[in-house]
Amino acid sequence: MGSMRALAVAALLLLPAYDVASAAEPKQGGILRVYHRDSPGSASIHEGATFSINIPFMPVFNNLVIFKQDVAQNSVDSIVPDLAESWAWSDDGKKLTFKLKQGIKWHDGKPFTSADVKCTFDMLMGKSQQKFRQNPRKSWYNQVEDVTTNGDFEASFSLKRPQPALLSLLASGYTPVYPCHVSPADMRTKPVGTGPFKFVEFKANESIKLTKNPDYFKKGLPHLDGIEFTIITNRSTAILGFVSGKFDMTFPTEVSIPLLKEVKSQAPNAVCVVEPVNVSTNIIVNSSAPPFDNIDIRRALALALDRKAFVSILFEGQADIGGTMLPAPGGLWAMPKEMLESIPGYGPDVNANREEARKLMQKAGYGPDKHLSVKVSTRNIPIYRDPAVILIDQMKSIYVDAELDVVDTAQWFPKVARKDYSLGLNLTGNAVDDPDQSFYENYSCGSERNYTNYCNREIEKLFDQQSMEKDAAKRKKLVWEIDKKLQEDVARPIILHSRAGSCWQPYVKGITIMVNSSYNGYRYEDVWMDK
Amino acid sequence: MFAYIVRRLALMLVTLIGISIIIFVLLRVVPGNIVDILFDAAGFVDPTDKANIEKELGLDLPIYQQYLNWIGGLLHGDLGYSYVSEKPALQEILPRIPITARLAALALLFSASIGIPLGVISAVHQGSRLDYTLRVVSLSGLSLPSFWLGLLILMASVSLFGSMPIYNPNPATWTEAFAIYAVPAMAVGFRSAALTMRITRSSMLEILRQDYIRTARAKGASEASVNYRHALKNAVLPVITVIGIEAAFLIGGLIVTETVFNIPGVARFLVEALRWRDYPIVQNLVMLIAVVVVVANFTVDMLYAAIDPRIRYGD
Repeated sequence: MGSMRALAVAALLLLPAYDVASAAEPKQGGILRVYHRDSPGSASIHEGATFSINIPFMPVFNNLVIFKQDVAQNSVDSIVPDLAESWAWSDDGKKLTFKLKQGIKWHDGKPFTSADVKCTFDMLMGKSQQKFRQNPRKSWYNQVEDVTTNGDFEASFSLKRPQPALLSLLASGYTPVYPCHVSPADMRTKPVGTGPFKFVEFKANESIKLTKNPDYFKKGLPHLDGIEFTIITNRSTAILGFVSGKFDMTFPTEVSIPLLKEVKSQAPNAVCVVEPVNVSTNIIVNSSAPPFDNIDIRRALALALDRKAFVSILFEGQADIGGTMLPAPGGLWAMPKEMLESIPGYGPDVNANREEARKLMQKAGYGPDKHLSVKVSTRNIPIYRDPAVILIDQMKSIYVDAELDVVDTAQWFPKVARKDYSLGLNLTGNAVDDPDQSFYENYSCGSERNYTNYCNREIEKLFDQQSMEKDAAKRKKLVWEIDKKLQEDVARPIILHSRAGSCWQPYVKGITIMVNSSYNGYRYEDVWMDK
Repeated sequence: MFAYIVRRLALMLVTLIGISIIIFVLLRVVPGNIVDILFDAAGFVDPTDKANIEKELGLDLPIYQQYLNWIGGLLHGDLGYSYVSEKPALQEILPRIPITARLAALALLFSASIGIPLGVISAVHQGSRLDYTLRVVSLSGLSLPSFWLGLLILMASVSLFGSMPIYNPNPATWTEAFAIYAVPAMAVGFRSAALTMRITRSSMLEILRQDYIRTARAKGASEASVNYRHALKNAVLPVITVIGIEAAFLIGGLIVTETVFNIPGVARFLVEALRWRDYPIVQNLVMLIAVVVVVANFTVDMLYAAIDPRIRYGD
């Protein structure tokens, strides 16, 4: 009897935390109105490298598999079938076979088959006659030797070596299956998918409209009649639009911490969450030219950083300190705190770190009477410029006189590519919280996005070792070891991992903001409106 | 007069050709093209992909060839394709013109209908409290940036009425329709209204000191008749010049206002096109603006002749 009473009390205590409305039966209908932060260059997700494309166009498509959309943390355990019915790895871990669902139709009525899977990945691997204008994630498929079909409803990925992370890459919002019968050029302007919403219209700088796909293969979904994105580049106007009720939702993870306060004061009923976005603010160091070809100076730079100051000034305390991988609890691969703090520059005593840094600078020939002069190059955007200014201030403590060098966005990458900089303040977004994506893209020898040309063959071997490891616990330990070495080598010092806010009106239900990715959570097939 | 018009038209043509060359060359001199921007977003450049896109867009051709292709197309009514949306440039530009034209016309109307009467009142009551107040208002009109004023209006709309004038192609009510164009037109027209008012005031003051005004008063003409029939008619010439020039400069204010009020007009489109280095859109839009400016100047000159019979340009 006592236990029954305890159970009842527990149930009552839990009740307020439980959203009664969201437990209700989803209502059908309504147009979800969202503002969009800018006009995406095109509608082709495969050719894009920004979530300005994923957010409006992910609802048009399906993947083979997908991260479960109502689970905030992307992980292998949250991957569910999408166009695939099931999947299976071969015993040697070198073949991944998908059985596909039958009876699925593209929005133009043509049937979906395994040929579409093959031609999508052939294009991504650069093996097809049809070419993408850009193919920013080609390296994701470096280990895929071939994609083969067996009948209309089976497709297999043959790998050069085991790569368990491939499944996570396939589950990203960045990996939709495209139709073979539509050209890449048409996919940029009139995308055709199998997804819950059909493309209606994309007016550059104005709006993007999607309408419900009544023939969606997931029965009863989607709940909404459509989604309308109004492109508003002026952030103040967009926020005013949300608080005045013109929009049901802000552009996800686009409400900064100071703006969030404003939203909450003007629209107290709005539901707002602050989540990590898996974007790190980091320093790119040109180690191929003086002065940063000297490891002592690079280490002094790493020791001079006061990361907590960055976090409190830029994010009012709401950002995370970590290595390359996104910090816990959002991130799955982050080093334990003790391990992180054992890395030079991460220790809590900033003064002691800086004292050590000054000794290294003196060893390199600099001191109170001879300061080192450098430029800190960065893009002319506040989220780049502001941390660069703090960095310049912090470097004064180690005899470095730095000057801000703001670069036009169109010139930023060419400048970095030709190594025309000493220090650069950079932002790196990760589409999938997986070491394969982060390590190979940003730190492997010869990778296009390895801006600093960091190349360490020993670490490279560890990259492959962790990539092939099936045991998650063993893989995690290898990843920690690699991440620690990357920081000790001052490959690309990580300052912080940012967090950002998303808000929606209280009647919008079924929204889940992912905590370790900005690219994977926008299918919106289960979103509904309680009005 | 006929010879003058022909000469002016010929000069207009030369000016437009000069502008077309300057626009074209300047756009190519600005660092970065659309290919750089596309790849900047991707974070790296694949040289083969880059070369393919440049070839696809005709950016691999010599600059003079690109220019001739553009002008040749323009003469045939072919404005080319937007690099970003891949739609015909004409299809992208045309629907946006009426939106901006409406906004600009309303802003000019606002500036003339507010600026001229207030300028006259200020001049007639020179030195009074009313004059000082109006001068302060006009000074603030010249000093306040239109983006700030626009945001202020938006914030006031949200906090007072819980709504805001954001563009909607199919306004449901007259109030909404009014708010969509008239409110931003006020924000952008406030500056030119202030300028018009100042020019009207100083011009009126100058005229009111003339002998013929004294004569009119001596002959017993009423104050209203002196101010509006005799003085304003003569004082309005420099005002027309200013309004003409303002029509040309309005585009600067419109860029900001269209952005703040999220109006999908030509001005905002131009900024976005510049950001992407969408050459066909930028070239054609700047040419369009150049034509508007040149025609506005021409119209002002013609109006001069119509208003003041003494001006007949070489007749």
